[in-house]
Amino acid sequence: MPRKTRSAALAALCAGVLVTTAACGGGDDSSEGGDGSTITWWHNSNNEPGKGYYEQVAKDFEADHPGIDVQVSAMAHEDMVDKLEAAFQSGDVPDVYMERGGGELADHVEAGLVRDLSEDAADEIEAIGGSVDGWQVDGQTYALPFSVGVVGYWYNTELFEKAGIEAPPTTMGELYDVVDQLKAADITPISVGAGDKWPAAHYWYYTALRSCSQDVLSQAITDRDLSDPCFVKAGEVLEELLAQEPFNPGFLTTPAQEGATSASGLLATGKVAMELQGHWEPGVMQGLTDDGKGLGAKTGWFPFPAVEGGAGDPEAQLGGGDAWAVAESAPDEAVDLVKYLLSDEVQKGFAENDMGLPTNPAATGSVSDPALAELIEVRDAAPFVQLYFDTEFGTSVGGAMNDTIALLFAGKASPQEVVDATQQAADQEG
Amino acid sequence: MAQTGAVAPAAPAAAEPVARRAVSRRATGHPAGSGGWRKRLEILLFVTPALALMAVFVVWPVVAAVRMSFFRWKGFGPMDDFVGWNNYALVLKDQVFTDAVMHNFVIVVLSLLVQLPLGLAIALLLNRKIRMRGLLRTIVFVPYVVAEVIAGVVWFQLLQPGYGVVDGLVSAVGLTPPEQGFLGTPSLTLWTLFVVLTWKYLGMAILLFLAGLQGVPDELYEAAQIDGASWWQAQRRIAIPLLGPTMRTWAFLSMIGSLQLFDLVWVLTGGGPANATTTMATYLVNQGTARSNYGIAGAASVVLFVVAFVMAVLYQIFVLRRDTTEAR
Repeated sequence: MPRKTRSAALAALCAGVLVTTAACGGGDDSSEGGDGSTITWWHNSNNEPGKGYYEQVAKDFEADHPGIDVQVSAMAHEDMVDKLEAAFQSGDVPDVYMERGGGELADHVEAGLVRDLSEDAADEIEAIGGSVDGWQVDGQTYALPFSVGVVGYWYNTELFEKAGIEAPPTTMGELYDVVDQLKAADITPISVGAGDKWPAAHYWYYTALRSCSQDVLSQAITDRDLSDPCFVKAGEVLEELLAQEPFNPGFLTTPAQEGATSASGLLATGKVAMELQGHWEPGVMQGLTDDGKGLGAKTGWFPFPAVEGGAGDPEAQLGGGDAWAVAESAPDEAVDLVKYLLSDEVQKGFAENDMGLPTNPAATGSVSDPALAELIEVRDAAPFVQLYFDTEFGTSVGGAMNDTIALLFAGKASPQEVVDATQQAADQEG
Repeated sequence: MAQTGAVAPAAPAAAEPVARRAVSRRATGHPAGSGGWRKRLEILLFVTPALALMAVFVVWPVVAAVRMSFFRWKGFGPMDDFVGWNNYALVLKDQVFTDAVMHNFVIVVLSLLVQLPLGLAIALLLNRKIRMRGLLRTIVFVPYVVAEVIAGVVWFQLLQPGYGVVDGLVSAVGLTPPEQGFLGTPSLTLWTLFVVLTWKYLGMAILLFLAGLQGVPDELYEAAQIDGASWWQAQRRIAIPLLGPTMRTWAFLSMIGSLQLFDLVWVLTGGGPANATTTMATYLVNQGTARSNYGIAGAASVVLFVVAFVMAVLYQIFVLRRDTTEAR
């Protein structure tokens, strides 16, 4: 009996040592994928039709590249994020994986984990065009975006009609009128999942995008310097919106998308008239309603209104997306796989299956979902799509930014404090 | 034990005649020398797994956290950006963290002030011979058995502004529930959280006190009764004083639990709104997983460890030692 226990304990001990060395062996850069015959590919399309489609894509690729074995791992998004984090810690990164761009990618590049695709995939980069900006570090491209969406107001057309609203608002002033009209009709105007912070932060990102010119924004991001007064103005515009009290009761602790009482759940069940959210919202709402339809035919969308007197372009959109990246340690064929994933053929299939908003112009016409098709039009008409600021600045600065914006929502931080806290976090990164 | 076991049979054996020595040896069953060796091996066998697990899952992570706290590290790549005590300075100067420490201590103090008398009162009541005592005892203990996350989710739904059961009850009584809900109003959230915590952990206090009351000899009550003491006097002069050691042990557990409070807060409020319910644990998890500031998270966890350790040691020295010396 003691012997048995001991061997079990030894096994546990070994497992523990394995786990801990994997979790902290920062210097260990060995990779199993480096033998040239196997490519590991992680993605988050773990539902049909996306899952089956990607399996087929992998098989087609294998058929064209004899001797190559593509090992596909489809996982739930949260699982993938957690596993990727562990993979980055251990240095044993899958050959092909998803990058969200911005500061996060820059950190991975700095740690020498990501392969530079600028030359190997020059044609694809040119075809994708401006969307690739968010995945560039120092002018080099490290990942190819395959789906880029924009954030805007999703609204319930029926409730808008009921409140006698004829057209979606185009300026903040009009938005306030809409809020008043909805309140007069006894409808909660807007839901926001400020408990998760990022949905609240999207408001500030947008008021900043509308208050600051593109030059000021890109300079601020490159220099990590938010001293331009337009960033304080962004907070002031947001305070003005908050003063209208448009949000659902208890919005400070409302989660973004979990359950019927979340911000998305309230919109999906007709409890509020609108919500500012990303391109994934119809899918999220479908998951939150019993019939699996979400708002269905009542779904409407309008872009974030213009800020009167703001220097920003009212056509510019806030957005982000996912890109395929190749690990530094991956075999060369992994680059071919990524190029194949961005090809007209695969992107068209991606669009036809409504798996996202394709970036390859050859595929943008193939999206069948009307809501997604509308978003692509808006995205492609935009002079530029600003990457979510928290992604752009990386988790540390972005987290500080989001936390303070959530405080502003609670009336516990001033517009100046949002700028100061973000600046302070940026300065600490050095 | 290993030494005495090996030496004891050998010492008298040396003074005895050879024949008896052989007998005495047979009586012990096995040779003295190999017996000691076996015992040592046995002890080694039994202790090593525990020590190894302890080293890997307790000592090593603590050491790793301490090491991490001296670096600026994002969670991947080499840990080579040594910043000395800088992370500690950042943590201790961060108002969110100092507020979190305050929240922890508010909960420590409130637990002692509210849960102790309340738990004691209910335990004394449930110790009387009343109808359905077993059922009542079970009901009181149920919340403690429910997983914290599940309790959190249930209370989160109950406390929903507008749609929640609590809001319904409050308005049914004729009061106006707070517009942003009990969890959404920063000035109310910590108190709401404490109510849920009390609901969750009162059962534990009651159970411990009931167990302690079982140890109070009946003779004392009988003697008091003969002397004409009322029920209340018997509780006050006999039961409560004799419950002292139990109460002190409970207070210790409650204190440590309050300092490390995480799950329920994370599910109910995530530390919000506006950092109104941040605890040291939610602060460090937020810094580590949400912001990838592993160095700062490491420093915060070391601070939490030191605070909890110092309080535990002080409590042992000044409060619990009384019980342990008395027991001896």
